[in-house]
Amino acid sequence: MIQQLIFTIVTLATIFLSYRAYSFIIKNIKYGRDYELVKDKPARWKTMILVALGQGKMFKYFLPALFHLFIYVAFIFTQIELIEILVDGFFGKHRIFAAPLGGFYTFIISLIELLSVLAFIATIIFLSRRNIIKVKRFHKPEMKGWPFTDANLILLGEILLITGIFLANSSDLVLQTRLPEHFHHTGQFAVSTYLAKYIFNNFNTGTLLVLERIGWWLHLSVVYGFILYLTISKHLHLIFAFPNTFFTPLTPRGKMENMPIIMNEVKSMMGLTEEAMDMGEMSEEIPEFGAQDIMGLKWKNILDAYTCTECGRCTDNCPANITGKILSPRKIVMMVRDRAEEVGRKIRSKDSKYIREELRGENVNLTPENFNDGKSLFDYISDEEIFACTTCNACVEQCPVLINPLDIILQMRRYRILTDSAGPSDWMPMFTSLENSGSVWQMQEERDAWFKD
Amino acid sequence: MANLEVKTMAEFAAEGKEPEILYWVGCAGSYDARAQKISKAFVKLLNKAGVSFAVLGNEESCCGDPARRAGNEFVFQMLALQNIELLNGYNIKKIVTACPHGYNTLKNEYSELGGNFEVVHHTQFIEELIAAGRLDISNFSESIKVTYHDSCYLGRINGEYKAPRNILNSVHIGITEMDRSAENGFCCGAGGAQMFKEEEKGEKRVNEERAKEAIDTGAKIIAANCPFCITMLEDGLKAYEKEDEIKVLDIAEILIRNETIEDK
Repeated sequence: MIQQLIFTIVTLATIFLSYRAYSFIIKNIKYGRDYELVKDKPARWKTMILVALGQGKMFKYFLPALFHLFIYVAFIFTQIELIEILVDGFFGKHRIFAAPLGGFYTFIISLIELLSVLAFIATIIFLSRRNIIKVKRFHKPEMKGWPFTDANLILLGEILLITGIFLANSSDLVLQTRLPEHFHHTGQFAVSTYLAKYIFNNFNTGTLLVLERIGWWLHLSVVYGFILYLTISKHLHLIFAFPNTFFTPLTPRGKMENMPIIMNEVKSMMGLTEEAMDMGEMSEEIPEFGAQDIMGLKWKNILDAYTCTECGRCTDNCPANITGKILSPRKIVMMVRDRAEEVGRKIRSKDSKYIREELRGENVNLTPENFNDGKSLFDYISDEEIFACTTCNACVEQCPVLINPLDIILQMRRYRILTDSAGPSDWMPMFTSLENSGSVWQMQEERDAWFKD
Repeated sequence: MANLEVKTMAEFAAEGKEPEILYWVGCAGSYDARAQKISKAFVKLLNKAGVSFAVLGNEESCCGDPARRAGNEFVFQMLALQNIELLNGYNIKKIVTACPHGYNTLKNEYSELGGNFEVVHHTQFIEELIAAGRLDISNFSESIKVTYHDSCYLGRINGEYKAPRNILNSVHIGITEMDRSAENGFCCGAGGAQMFKEEEKGEKRVNEERAKEAIDTGAKIIAANCPFCITMLEDGLKAYEKEDEIKVLDIAEILIRNETIEDK
């Protein structure tokens, strides 16, 4: 009874807390601006199934992909057992599916155990890649501190989860022979049958009863902990990879987002439109072009940021980063998440000091529209970073979950150039030349001279 | 270059004729001394294949790629809308260009602004000409070891890895690939308007990193498809004092190295 009560309280608390945490994240994503999505559901489902479910892009690198697959498949199958844990927990039962499913139950649990062994091996390999072999991309500047700890915590969590599964199953198998009236027959599980025979059989019944419960609660609490922990972790990708691949743009990779406001203004300047532009709309304040904060980014850019698993393949293939520039596409994406978290936290605080000064008043509430904390994305990402990008798309090509770091960089460039009229001084003569002569270089000779001489 | 036959679109229009294709030359192909050689090589091939083509000549403006990628949408729109007006005015249907940046911009970005054309990269067009038997390369032979550099804007961004390789293979040039090629190709360092500014502080230049990789293949020719890549790679070779030993050539230039291509 007590266990049932604790179970119910813990479960309800997890549901409440995770609802809160996830709705905050969704709100933060929605602070990004709306934009036109290409409507092609079949294509989107296909991408999601291939890339997220099917791990298509992971297999660019076979071995890491294989080990990742072990953990991924084990994780998914383990959730089948979780269903039983939930039912058992609520109703105070023990292995409720064992009797009705019979041999199939033995098969499923055995499968989970075998996958867990593979996942365990993979976890050890991943831990050593980070901590012993020290793969370079896991030790770049942006990985110092929390991101590095986060990665290890997740892997340790995996080990705890797997430990829980084997503790519960092995103890159970021995207890079935000693207390058959409480522990129904389940058949022999593929792995824990050996653990039971050679290790757990040596323990007395009292110890086993405790170990079985520890295993059961460990499994449950790691899963519940995971659900909550994901909201502050790079591991959120295990959920967000799905919507993120679904919403990936279906437009050509080389097409930058058009800016209709500017297009229309130029059209009217050139006399290409019938009616003159209604300048009244724009006269209120100078419009903001590009992105200086998360509200200027597309919501997909923020979803990207929450989906990032910080693997660093983007950075590892970035020509700027490889040649020693400080630009790191992974850092760009991580900073967008950090800034989105900060903005979200401040807006939730309802503190009027975050309202833009000239808009403050007695009945004015803090909203994303009037928000101004005196900071922006440029406090997280420097000009030196965004202007070092060659737009080569290597980062886009690499990302296993279809994040586009380049899109963020280009929107920030637009802000610097169009709104701030700032940017690399080398570009100023280029802009002048393009504007005046339609050529990227200031040239004396005619454009057709090459075939005229 | 009296032996080059180049007509402008204005001349075609004056005669009331329409060319088969419009050759979009681009800023580099028009003004850059090195890239002009590529333009001439491509024109030579077009002449040999008997393709009726026109250029815009002095009416052409920059496609706008460097402005847009530098963040200057205003300048991009000015250039693009001007070009689209001109192209639509001439009723252009098919455009061939030897610059992957112009290729990408005209193909992917002009349509939203009102310019709808079939846009083909010159390597794709040359491949078409060979396949159609219009360009006879049967007597071509090249025994020098060649490596191929994918430009980002033709390769990774527009997915064209095959056409340039097919051309090299069809003239019996085996390609010694670099470690990073095709979708994993490594940038020359020019894209995103980097060509027009100094690089940010770092350990080395992007073009030197790429040049080193090309040198390591042992190839004596680096085949490329983009005037900006070619400038970057040549500069990169200079850093290793290999500029006399290794040539960086556009696919079109490789094909005219051998003068046995028969006139049609």
